[in-house]
Amino acid sequence: MALAAGVDVGSTQTKAVIINEDLKIIGRALIDTGANVVQAAEKAYFKALNESKRREEEVAYVIGTGYGRYKVTFGNTQVTEISCHGRGAVHMYPETRTVLDMGGQDTKAISVSEIGEIVDFCMNDKCAAGTGRFLGAASMALDIPLNELGPTALKSEKPVKISTTCTVFAESEVLSWLGKGKKIEDILLGVHQSISSRSLALLRRVGFNDEITFTGGVAKNIGMVEVLTAGLGMKMNVSDESHYMGALGAALFAMDHIMESRIPVGET
Amino acid sequence: MNSVTKKGIVGRGTREGAALFRDWFQDLTQKAEDDETAAYVFVMGSIAEILRVFDMPMVFPEINSLQTAVRHVADDFLNTAEDYGYSPDICGYVKADFAMQMQNGNHPMGRIPKPGIAVLTNACNTYFKWAEIWERIYDIPMVSIDVPATREAGTRTWPGDEQFEREKKYVKVQLEELIETCEGLTGKKFDVDRLREVLGHANTMSRCWKRVLELNQSSPSLFNALTDGTVYLGMSNVFRGTPEGARFFERLVEEMEYMTANGIGTLTDEKYRLSFIGVPCYPIFRRFNEMFTKWGGSFVMSSYLWFASGGTNIGVQYNLDDPLDSLAEGVLISVRDAMDSMFHPELTVLSQADDFNIDGVVYHPIKSCRTTSAGMADNRRMLMEKSDLPSLFIESDMMDSRVVGEAQMKNRIDAFFEGLASRKARAAVEGGG
Repeated sequence: MALAAGVDVGSTQTKAVIINEDLKIIGRALIDTGANVVQAAEKAYFKALNESKRREEEVAYVIGTGYGRYKVTFGNTQVTEISCHGRGAVHMYPETRTVLDMGGQDTKAISVSEIGEIVDFCMNDKCAAGTGRFLGAASMALDIPLNELGPTALKSEKPVKISTTCTVFAESEVLSWLGKGKKIEDILLGVHQSISSRSLALLRRVGFNDEITFTGGVAKNIGMVEVLTAGLGMKMNVSDESHYMGALGAALFAMDHIMESRIPVGET
Repeated sequence: MNSVTKKGIVGRGTREGAALFRDWFQDLTQKAEDDETAAYVFVMGSIAEILRVFDMPMVFPEINSLQTAVRHVADDFLNTAEDYGYSPDICGYVKADFAMQMQNGNHPMGRIPKPGIAVLTNACNTYFKWAEIWERIYDIPMVSIDVPATREAGTRTWPGDEQFEREKKYVKVQLEELIETCEGLTGKKFDVDRLREVLGHANTMSRCWKRVLELNQSSPSLFNALTDGTVYLGMSNVFRGTPEGARFFERLVEEMEYMTANGIGTLTDEKYRLSFIGVPCYPIFRRFNEMFTKWGGSFVMSSYLWFASGGTNIGVQYNLDDPLDSLAEGVLISVRDAMDSMFHPELTVLSQADDFNIDGVVYHPIKSCRTTSAGMADNRRMLMEKSDLPSLFIESDMMDSRVVGEAQMKNRIDAFFEGLASRKARAAVEGGG
């Protein structure tokens, strides 16, 4: 039984997934990308392989995705993370027609067909406002770990309005609200709402009438899930594997190659 | 046709166009050295036909500016203008031109003479502010031709309609005012026979330009509308109404017909036929195109070739028996069409999509040209509502490399082609192919 792998080299973190022919995830890994992108890709891949308890020779096809996809030097081909997130989300939630992927440096709204094919997509451009980096800036300014941002924000009863759209200036604005004596949870909820409003604008550009699946690292933030849900007026699918959705999509495309059930979509 | 060979004819238009362009810049340089002035005109409604009657050399500031980007020196020009206080957000063409004016006309292609007159239409709102800069610096006349435009394609009137005839008179009076100004500037009397001669050449050019664009329905495509097309576009503007321009386009038609007849195309393996909407990304002109060609994508049509040729792509033919009246009619129809091509390119794309066998549409809004870019998102939505043509929306700039993010652009382009590939593969399976 051949295995397929997807390695998603993102700007902040690198994710790897190993799947079997039943399209089940049997190994996964998540590490910080750091400065050595080639090494990060290899490290994540072997970590996932190790978790799967299978041998490297059993992996018949590897696809690299993410901004560092061409640095997956051991990969067979590359596919963009836009296609991979769409594919992964529809695999997990077949009724998905819109995907919101919020990563470290970009946020994408992706409209997909019933087979996970990309219909349209829209991303932040030349600015990291509305991405995970914005939360990172708030985390630094408030000295709160990333994983506590969401739960802390949800304690707020009176969120402040973060007016700046610039991630760099946001840090100054957060500090100025602190200086005015505002509660940390109120500032944090304001930060979440600010990011959410930009994501909603992207979603509106591609349209979202049916099921939405939230992917990417920020989908683990329960504060962001709640704020987005309130803004959308509808629930989103959020999987435990949301962080791995790009890598999963890549692994699914890799399995396509193995099974020869689809024409390759990646470059060679 | 029998006397031409593949070696001699294929690519001839690009070669000859580049050579004529170099000669033109050399000629401008000589005029600048001789302290002669030129008429500063714009691509959307240059009114070259009248200026040629007075033998006025013409400068196209938009072409000068884009050349600084193609030659990778635009940043220096933009920085110079910004040092003078011009905002990073305004038209990059204006800033590059202003910097050139401040540097005594020195330009990577030579030296550009100072303006003696500025002639513009309302096709672009920036034209007015731009010409006012020269007016203030050089104290020159600025003649604006207000061309009534629909700005709502599909509601146009035509010769014989009461409204059209009124609008034609309005344009004609303005052309007569331009003639008076030119007579005053040059001391020459307007010669209607010379106008007739110029219009004859312009007719040949327009007829052939239209034909060249139509011939790209051929598969594989004969020329890349983004790269080769831009060379032809430059020729259609700079040499409008000249014997050289007429000959160039006649020979270009010959080249394209030869290629069609012999199944010669621009890409050996053309997988996707694309339509381009907007202004090219000049700072990475070749690399931008390569991001598409590496997937087998070729631009077979481009709205840039429509609006930036002042609407001459539709091939309006002047009536040489009534030159001035016919010129007014032609200016009205062509410049109006240029504006419609900017604001409603989807109408032409949709009407020609089948003939050109289009697989996808690429929208390229640019930061420093709001005129061409502001309505693009809505326009794309209209296209998506009226057809199932896949489309891509990538933002950058026509001049400013500081806002050209190649990695992000490539990511989007790759994703677009992945979608096209998947679609094509599925269609082949469903069609039993």
